[in-house]
Amino acid sequence: MSSGLNLLIGISMGLNLLALGSSRLPSLIRVAAAQGVVLGLMPLLMEHHFSWLVALTAVTTAVVKGVVIPTLLRHAMRAANIDRDLDPLIGFIPSLLLGAAGTIAAVALVRVVPLLPEHRGLLLVPGSVAAILTGFILLIARSKAISQVCGYLILDNGVYLFGLLLIHAMPLLVEAGILLDLTVAVFVIGIIVDRIQRAFDSLDTRKLTALHE
Amino acid sequence: MMASVEFIVRIGLWFLLPPLLPGIVNRVKAWVAGRRGPPVLQLYYDLARLWRKGVVLSDLASPGFIAGPAVAWVAVAGAALLLPLGPLGSLLSFRGDVILLVYLLALARFCTAWAAMETGSSFEGMGAAREVSYAVLAEASVITAVLALSVQSGSVSLARMMEPAVGSGGVLLAAGLFTVLLAENCRVPFDDPATHLELTMIHEVMVLDHSGPPLAVILHGASMKLLLYALLLVQAVVPLGGLSFPAAVAVLAGGVLAVTVGVGLVESLLARFAFRRVPLLLTTAFLLCLFALLVAWNGGAA
Amino acid sequence: MTQYFLIGIPLAAALAAAAWPDNRTRPWLLPATGIVHTALSLWLLVSPPQVPAGAWLGFDPLARAILPAVSLLFLACSLYGVSYLRTRSERSNRVFVAGLLAAFGLMSLAHQARHLGLLWIATEAVTFASVPLIHFNGTPRAFEATWKYLLVGGTGIALSLLGSFCLGYASLQGGGAGDLTFAALSAQGVALSRPWVLIAWVLLLAGYGTKMGLAPMHTWKPDAYGEAPGMVGAMLAGGVTTVAFAAVLRVRAVIDAAGAGREAGITLMVIGLFSMVVAALFLLGTRDFKRMLAYSSVEHMGILSFAASIGGAGVWAALFHIWNNSLTKGSLFLSAGNIRRAAGARTVDEVGGMSVLTPRSAALFVTGMFAVTACPPFGPFFSELLVLKAALSGGHGMAAAVFLGSLLFPFFGLTRLVFAIVDGRPRTAARTAGKLFPETAGVVVPPLILLGLSVWLGLATPSVLHTAWSDAVAQLTPPVK
Repeated sequence: MSSGLNLLIGISMGLNLLALGSSRLPSLIRVAAAQGVVLGLMPLLMEHHFSWLVALTAVTTAVVKGVVIPTLLRHAMRAANIDRDLDPLIGFIPSLLLGAAGTIAAVALVRVVPLLPEHRGLLLVPGSVAAILTGFILLIARSKAISQVCGYLILDNGVYLFGLLLIHAMPLLVEAGILLDLTVAVFVIGIIVDRIQRAFDSLDTRKLTALHE
Repeated sequence: MMASVEFIVRIGLWFLLPPLLPGIVNRVKAWVAGRRGPPVLQLYYDLARLWRKGVVLSDLASPGFIAGPAVAWVAVAGAALLLPLGPLGSLLSFRGDVILLVYLLALARFCTAWAAMETGSSFEGMGAAREVSYAVLAEASVITAVLALSVQSGSVSLARMMEPAVGSGGVLLAAGLFTVLLAENCRVPFDDPATHLELTMIHEVMVLDHSGPPLAVILHGASMKLLLYALLLVQAVVPLGGLSFPAAVAVLAGGVLAVTVGVGLVESLLARFAFRRVPLLLTTAFLLCLFALLVAWNGGAA
Repeated sequence: MTQYFLIGIPLAAALAAAAWPDNRTRPWLLPATGIVHTALSLWLLVSPPQVPAGAWLGFDPLARAILPAVSLLFLACSLYGVSYLRTRSERSNRVFVAGLLAAFGLMSLAHQARHLGLLWIATEAVTFASVPLIHFNGTPRAFEATWKYLLVGGTGIALSLLGSFCLGYASLQGGGAGDLTFAALSAQGVALSRPWVLIAWVLLLAGYGTKMGLAPMHTWKPDAYGEAPGMVGAMLAGGVTTVAFAAVLRVRAVIDAAGAGREAGITLMVIGLFSMVVAALFLLGTRDFKRMLAYSSVEHMGILSFAASIGGAGVWAALFHIWNNSLTKGSLFLSAGNIRRAAGARTVDEVGGMSVLTPRSAALFVTGMFAVTACPPFGPFFSELLVLKAALSGGHGMAAAVFLGSLLFPFFGLTRLVFAIVDGRPRTAARTAGKLFPETAGVVVPPLILLGLSVWLGLATPSVLHTAWSDAVAQLTPPVK
């Protein structure tokens, strides 16, 4: 069980780096979607016996993160008529190296914080921290709105990954939190993206500089 | 007596087998593209033809123009002799031989670049610059991969480093080394060996002015290097220690064949990358090797 | 039971507003809800209900100490809103009214949430409900402000969820059974795993601090406040921020119980003072009077955090200051909204002589400025005095000095800006626009009421509020063992 889970977390860490290295928006969206599906599978692996609630969480997560949101994002991308983030604020290689350093730091971190016995040997915490850092890097480093939304998605994936630690003790918190958060956040952000596009003709957030001191 | 016989056999094998690999790659490419393609033994014919030809020398070139390819070939051959061959072991094994191997390969590259610069042609200078700048990045990955191997085996001698089975970090290492293999041997997506446009060439443009036997030596050296990297990759990932002698040899040969076919497939399915994307790919390879190293450090736990 | 009406009535009104067909009469739902809500919450203030210890939701002492202030602010804003929306009859107010009511209902929910997860969900929902409010004006700048609000606010929300998870994990390690009510978490006390408690505190402070607008997470604030209509700014500055502050207070109580109160106090004090200093510096530089209000809000959030970090008497003063902040900020935002609509511009370069064009709003604006910079006899003077007293008696001499210094500079900044706008001759561009904006009672009386309440609160604080704040402090401070 634990090695299967760790494998999935390892894949999600790899997807983080892939997201940092991809300049084309469709591949970035695809990476975020793949990570969502990988995350959706995890609760199934954590269960010793089959339970409907957990299965439902898994399926919903996979569908929302893997299908619904990417579809919305692709829609926004087509509406905005852009498909690549050519000149990011922080280049692809520096952000890739930052992400890798973050991942390594996250793995090192797990030795410091105390974990419950059943979570020892699991990579959930480093996986979560790595995804959150990746999300932050994307949020800061990318100039296009859709890339930033993808960064936010990956950040969310990290939070969800951490929530898996609590899925037995407080399933409602984990489920309500993630679903509400994701559907609403990205839905609203999607609309905003659409409107911003109409207002600015480009999704370059660096052009959002009318408001400053 | 036995030692010298073995030495001769090994040299012979390293001399005879490598040109087969580019032939297989081309065969795979032809097969994917639906063409008949050149025969598998094409490179042998080419080498034989080149060997018989004369040499055209520039007035400006120093003896380094000839010495470069020769030294490069010797360096690669030396590196090849250091490499253990599965159950056969290596001819010469000592503590730290892996460092010598890396340096010999670097020396070979230095000599090729030197010979290219000797012509004084701007094209070849450009090719040398590109080759060397890629190599800087690729070398970091090689060193990291070597570190990963040595950490998990607790040894700095090639023969011992290749023995232990690699855990899930092996996947990372394999991906990283395969990328390095492509970069070091100037294959797609880093360089296109079949290109005819000097401006986009890397390796090919360096040897543009060579002819006759020196060119044959360069081509043979390149194929030897491909075989060397393929063997290194296979041994770093596939545990051969527990197998019987024939099985191990068969696995080794199968592995090299698989790698070669893989190179051919990559070459058929991918276009070469734009120059500015190449560092990104090499950084990825470096990170893959780095993570393999970290996994090795964790004792293969993850 | 009454406390559920506080949540249910605005939400029901929001649904009604969404379904209401007539654009002209729809805004009347706002004052109707405001009156009922204020009456209910004042009644609950006077006669607080019993809250079962394990309840997820309840009008507990902390809610009692803060929520009525939000009700009063909403009442004033809703009265203002009717007149305001009449001047903006060219665009549909369906989403705006529904969003405002929903945000208000969710704020009531968040104030009464006694459960970590419920509090988070409510705060998040408030954020989303206020999105349409910020881009009501529909200009590109409003979109930009909304985008920043969402991106920064969304990140803050994600961090606070992560912090909630960490606190939950700390409770699991302490042998908790997954009960995330604040009472249960506090009851676990030092059994909570200390490293996780500290991580949770940092994340929750960063998350809810983003919603409060503490520096350096305040970047969304000037944009959002600057671009949103004045009444929305008032509700954001006086309502949403109190939700986040109450959340910080509730979390802090748990951290205190877990024995990390000292660390929490220090971080809160540092971030509070930092916010005050940053706000003071920006106030000296800004030329836009609506952004000025945002920085003033950052400053007051800093004051609240600083006060809360002292504990005990400081928390009491902070609760007092919440009331003052909500009331004075409300009046300032509403009068600034009037000036903004009359002048058609927002920077000192374009606006001047407003005392001629809109004499009543200008007078209110100046008075409100004096109130917000803590001049006597307004409430903020007394609450800030109490904060200072608590800081000095708590032995935080240096911090108190920084506190005083960063109160002085905003005074310079605000007076400079406000008098530049009010004084002098009207600019030619603004002269014609001023005639188009009638200063009806509907847009002048609400800020006046808020100012009056602020004076009353300062000079004669009702004893019921005294007890309410003391009860809240007792709820937040762990019993001495």
